[in-house]
Amino acid sequence: MLLTITSTSPPATDLGFLLHKNPAAVRSVDVGFGMAHAYYPEAGADRCTIALLVEVDPVALVRRSRGGPFPLAAYVNDRPYVASSFLSVALRKVFGTALRGQCKERPELPDQRLELTARLPVLPCRGGEGLLRRLFEPLGYAVSARPIPLDPRFPWWGDSPYFDVSVSARCRVRDLLGQLYVLLPVLDDDKHYWVTKDEIDKLVDGAGEWLAGHPERDAIARRYLRHQPGLAAEAIARLVDEESGGADPDGADPDGADRGSADPGSADPGSAAGEFAVPPAGEHARLRDLRLTAVLGALKASGARRVLDLGCGDGRLLAGLLQDGQFEEIVGVDASVTALERAARRLRLAEMAPRQRARIRLLQGALTYSDRRLAGYDAAVLMEVIEHVDLDRLGALEQAIFGEAAPATVIVTTPNAEHNARYPGLAPGARRHPDHRFEWGRAEFRAWAGAVAQRHGYTAVFEPVGAEDSRAGPPTQLAVLARCP
Amino acid sequence: MTTIKIPELCLVALVGVTGSGKSTFAARHFRPTEVLSSDFFRGLVGDDENDQSVTTEAFEALHVVAAKRLAIGRLTVIDATSVQPEARRPLVALAREHHVLPVAIVLDIGEKTCIERNAARPDRSFGPGVVRRQHGMLARSIRQLEREGFRRVFVLRGEAEVDAAQIVRERAWTDRSDARGPFDIIGDVHGCHGELSDLLDSLGYLPASDGARRHPAGRTAVFLGDLVDRGPDTPGVLAEVMAMAAAGSALCVPGNHESKLLRALRGRDVKISHGLAESLAQLQAGPAEFRTQVIAYLDGLISHYVLDGGRLVVAHAGLREEMHGRASAAVRAFALYGETTGETDELGLPVRYPWAQDYRGKAAVVYGHTPVPVPVWVNNTICLDTGCVFGGSLTALRYPERELVSVPARRVYYEPARPLAPPAVTAAGAGARAGAAAGIMAEAGPAAGPAAGAAAGGDAGAGAAAEAGAGAAAEGGVANADGRMLDVADVLGRRGIETRLRGRVSVPEENAAAALEVMSRFAVDPRWLIYLPPTMAPVPASSRPGLLEHPGDALAAFRRDHVQRVVCEEKHMGSRAIAVVCRTPEAARDWFGAAGTGAEGTGAEGTGIVYTRTGRRFFTSAGMEEALLSRLRGALDATGMWNELGDWAALDCEILPWSLKADELISGHYAAVGAAAVAGLSAAAGTLDAARARGLEVAGLGERTAERLRAAESFVRAYRPYVWPVSSLDDVRLAPFQVLAGSTGTCFGRDHEWHMKAAERLAGADPLIATTRYLVADLADPGVEAAVAVWWEELTGAGGEGMVVKPAEPITRGRHGIAQPGIKCRGPEYLRIIYGPEYTVAGNLARLRERNLGRKRSLASSEFALGVEALERFVCREPAFRVHECVFGVLALESKPVDPRL
Repeated sequence: MLLTITSTSPPATDLGFLLHKNPAAVRSVDVGFGMAHAYYPEAGADRCTIALLVEVDPVALVRRSRGGPFPLAAYVNDRPYVASSFLSVALRKVFGTALRGQCKERPELPDQRLELTARLPVLPCRGGEGLLRRLFEPLGYAVSARPIPLDPRFPWWGDSPYFDVSVSARCRVRDLLGQLYVLLPVLDDDKHYWVTKDEIDKLVDGAGEWLAGHPERDAIARRYLRHQPGLAAEAIARLVDEESGGADPDGADPDGADRGSADPGSADPGSAAGEFAVPPAGEHARLRDLRLTAVLGALKASGARRVLDLGCGDGRLLAGLLQDGQFEEIVGVDASVTALERAARRLRLAEMAPRQRARIRLLQGALTYSDRRLAGYDAAVLMEVIEHVDLDRLGALEQAIFGEAAPATVIVTTPNAEHNARYPGLAPGARRHPDHRFEWGRAEFRAWAGAVAQRHGYTAVFEPVGAEDSRAGPPTQLAVLARCP
Repeated sequence: MTTIKIPELCLVALVGVTGSGKSTFAARHFRPTEVLSSDFFRGLVGDDENDQSVTTEAFEALHVVAAKRLAIGRLTVIDATSVQPEARRPLVALAREHHVLPVAIVLDIGEKTCIERNAARPDRSFGPGVVRRQHGMLARSIRQLEREGFRRVFVLRGEAEVDAAQIVRERAWTDRSDARGPFDIIGDVHGCHGELSDLLDSLGYLPASDGARRHPAGRTAVFLGDLVDRGPDTPGVLAEVMAMAAAGSALCVPGNHESKLLRALRGRDVKISHGLAESLAQLQAGPAEFRTQVIAYLDGLISHYVLDGGRLVVAHAGLREEMHGRASAAVRAFALYGETTGETDELGLPVRYPWAQDYRGKAAVVYGHTPVPVPVWVNNTICLDTGCVFGGSLTALRYPERELVSVPARRVYYEPARPLAPPAVTAAGAGARAGAAAGIMAEAGPAAGPAAGAAAGGDAGAGAAAEAGAGAAAEGGVANADGRMLDVADVLGRRGIETRLRGRVSVPEENAAAALEVMSRFAVDPRWLIYLPPTMAPVPASSRPGLLEHPGDALAAFRRDHVQRVVCEEKHMGSRAIAVVCRTPEAARDWFGAAGTGAEGTGAEGTGIVYTRTGRRFFTSAGMEEALLSRLRGALDATGMWNELGDWAALDCEILPWSLKADELISGHYAAVGAAAVAGLSAAAGTLDAARARGLEVAGLGERTAERLRAAESFVRAYRPYVWPVSSLDDVRLAPFQVLAGSTGTCFGRDHEWHMKAAERLAGADPLIATTRYLVADLADPGVEAAVAVWWEELTGAGGEGMVVKPAEPITRGRHGIAQPGIKCRGPEYLRIIYGPEYTVAGNLARLRERNLGRKRSLASSEFALGVEALERFVCREPAFRVHECVFGVLALESKPVDPRL
């Protein structure tokens, strides 16, 4: 990875004093993950450039890494080549004194504003050129960015997420260094393979006034604090690797989109989690609450005491059920162990009082298998679950739940596809979540639920959830299937 | 001398006051581990064998251990005083719960002796009062024991009798595992003597001079009960069977009708219904002497038999696994009446529970009782009652051949209580097999919810048999095609799967958990998922300069394993795929339960499938899948390969290009890394050139950077051959490299050269199909290394991924079990895709050579064993769960962490 800094303020070689590097020498520093070399490709009075070249040891890098989006991610890795948090670390190691604004020999120099240009030949910009400009332009930089194509042989692939970037301003060297130091990892927004959370906090605290007043301050801070996925998620990732091109962080949760994602940052323009928020964030949360209320209401009305939440995800509905004493036995079932672990944390099962703890159980199970543990309950909820099951496997789910578990009441909710037209962010025909295998309009849902009811001796009653559009209907549809006495 | 005869498996309660010598007696007659002593358990839970304050806890623990022993079939002796009825009650309950006989052996020793013995033991502080009190209770107990439920009671009075007693363990009456057959197992006859004669004729049982039929080849007929009632000639049937039984050419288990007839014949007050009247009238018309013989014969019938070394169980109404070979009232009731839920349906008939659906036992269970249109294997159980008396047929199962032999009823002798056509709601409720009768729903179909289950309320209600038969033959013929029968309990938790190649393969709980999620969320219908390919280990790292892998090391590895001949196969770089293609829609229905019609979502679809190595549907476009399958079917037609493979074929393939499935991964990751590397290193090289021009000392850095740039450019060149746009099937290549199986059997016994030739034949029939280049190498040939190396260099030099070296026989016994099924040896340029662009740069390769193959090799072996097992089970039409557990096991093992570069 490479960074060059060019000064065009004569005498440009003052850069050597500022950076404490002699233009006639090559300086090499061990930065832990490889070697950083500082040298001057040009050193004239009008124009002086220092290059910081970091040679990352790719083998050592692998040994530090903790997995990635697919199993070989650590081996076939852009880290050695792109400006990222590694470069920030090297920057601090090599230019630490300059970063602090010190210069013993020429104490007046650090406060001088110079015409400076920093070039980053490969800068990852997750969030695109727009974010790049939003980060640097408020700080007074002129930004030039040229996207790097993925492969000229395959033009249909388009551009890579990397840009060849130059930022120029008349500014102090220490400001340029400090801002690069913080903003490079923000733009990269990848896993910090080596930074502990404490270090990041310190970093944000130390970024001084410019960050406090930056319009993108919150996004900058949030991107630092991205969590790493747990080990359980990695076991899943090994299975879903090459076929999906990487594990979707919400993928472990069959109801990831709608039962709350781990990342609250859905407003972040560059965040992957935000891209899935359809309907848009605020409405999304409101609809989720409406759905919970509707399901809880229908359950309560059914008189059920022993209930199953099938596909419970991280346990939002379970939390609601616990609050109502009518529900004496509550069982959350999910195919994902990771989701159940999240549910246990959300519900604070470990510290729950014994009497309350006795009311709730979490089970791993899959709804396309027979499961005798699920027999004999008063009610079962399938809240935003069926659309995560392939259509040709829905018969197995029907059999397992209606044919075998056969609770007295089954409550099903699913998106109303007709309503999708009301979401401006959603392309026509697109679905609300990448894992949805289908989305039904009202007629399709009624036909299915009606047929299921008829086959298994239930009656079906339908309710809208959310504000009903005169033509498109409600955003969510709900069916209460009651077993005929 | 008293001889105490006890069954091999039973619960023995020693009853006697403290000091009566129970422990000594137990030690003399039983193995130490068979004896559970209350004193020992007091010590176990409370540190002191004499601490009476922990008695409750000690007995709880004792009962738990006793229950575990009985559950797995171990004789258990309870060494406690057991002089109080309340102490004995849980023992009788325990015995009943586990269907073993409770036996009491009472040691009735004089009070005085016991008091003396206690006094002689320093650890016992009982006063004589305790002994006297216990003795009083014992005296009262002796008379009650049988009433309490002890089925055998032995009382030994005095020391001499105790010392002289002998214990003899007897085989259970039900245990006829020494009878190896072969057998002809015959379903419910119900007085249809004419049809029975027809059937015995066609089975080859010839009448002898004594009037008893015998089979010239020594086969044994096994009657499943319900010989009597309803039909025209119950006495004839009884006489036939009794004669054969006496001659040793038949065995018979009782049915519910025999049980009721016996009570009637003994003059008990029974309701004369369900055809009993006919039997009584027919018997009444005959001699009284015959009636006496019938009473004696029926009275001697044993509830069920365990035959053929435990591999076969026969019982009239079936038997759950935990009841096999056991004896209790519940076992007898189950064997006679089957399992009912206790509910009754709208006709007042009992609702039957489909126990066979839950059956997971190893023994085949053959039974009758509930008329079915056509016998169907369900989880290794089969019902042979084909409703002869209702106008169906009389059926026999030839065992071990597992062939069905059937003769039609000459006419309808008895009208069934239930109308022939099942109610409409029942058919819909079952959701699947249009035309299947009520009986088959209840037995075979878990789909049969309460409504459908009710349809077959015991034999009395059935009889939908005859008419519905034809439909079910096609629809219901294959139990293992029924994906609905998979139970989460068959896959969750820590599991061990018995494989023919590698013994027991363990699947850890956490890996099963991961697999459940992936299987349930992404995998295709389990009826199609009959195999998942094993992972493959690479060669041991090469010590040759500049190379990480070299074919010489693969040959060496096989030579170490005493493999003589190998086949080196070109490794295509695409995506792994399993293609299953059926010759006809009928074959798809027969083997995979594929239903083009029928209720929504209850049948697998289509006439084949293509899925990935993790069981996902390969093509997102159904049209492309269908087109590929139809071309593949055409190639199989054209080459005449169906003649060898039968009705369907499963092929292990690579589908090209890689970018078809992995476009996002290649562009988003590989191309991105390549673009970043080339751009970044080019820029760096530029600055270094400028610096060098200024006279700076950057020569070393400059050279390294130039080398890294060359590596980055090579990396980009490495993935490019695997990318091309696909707009239709014309842009796709299918490279089959192993024929896995067909309906005629698996192909693991075929030489890999045969597989390669098969692929060539297919490729010759359709340009969609790509050949795989290969080289057969004899490891004894001194020039083999060089020849293989040259060939490999050619392949990889032209941008190929590399090759796979396989033992010529897919299943080859090596020095330690089965030799690796394949070892991959990848080309140096391809490995950039795996190890990163710069793996060849100075200093990197040496460190990368340290790689541990052990785990990968072990996984490859286990997964191969599971895959072979899955297919072998599938082609033998074993139950669905038996196939699925293997496939699931492969997926679970694939979730184990392993170095992804291998």
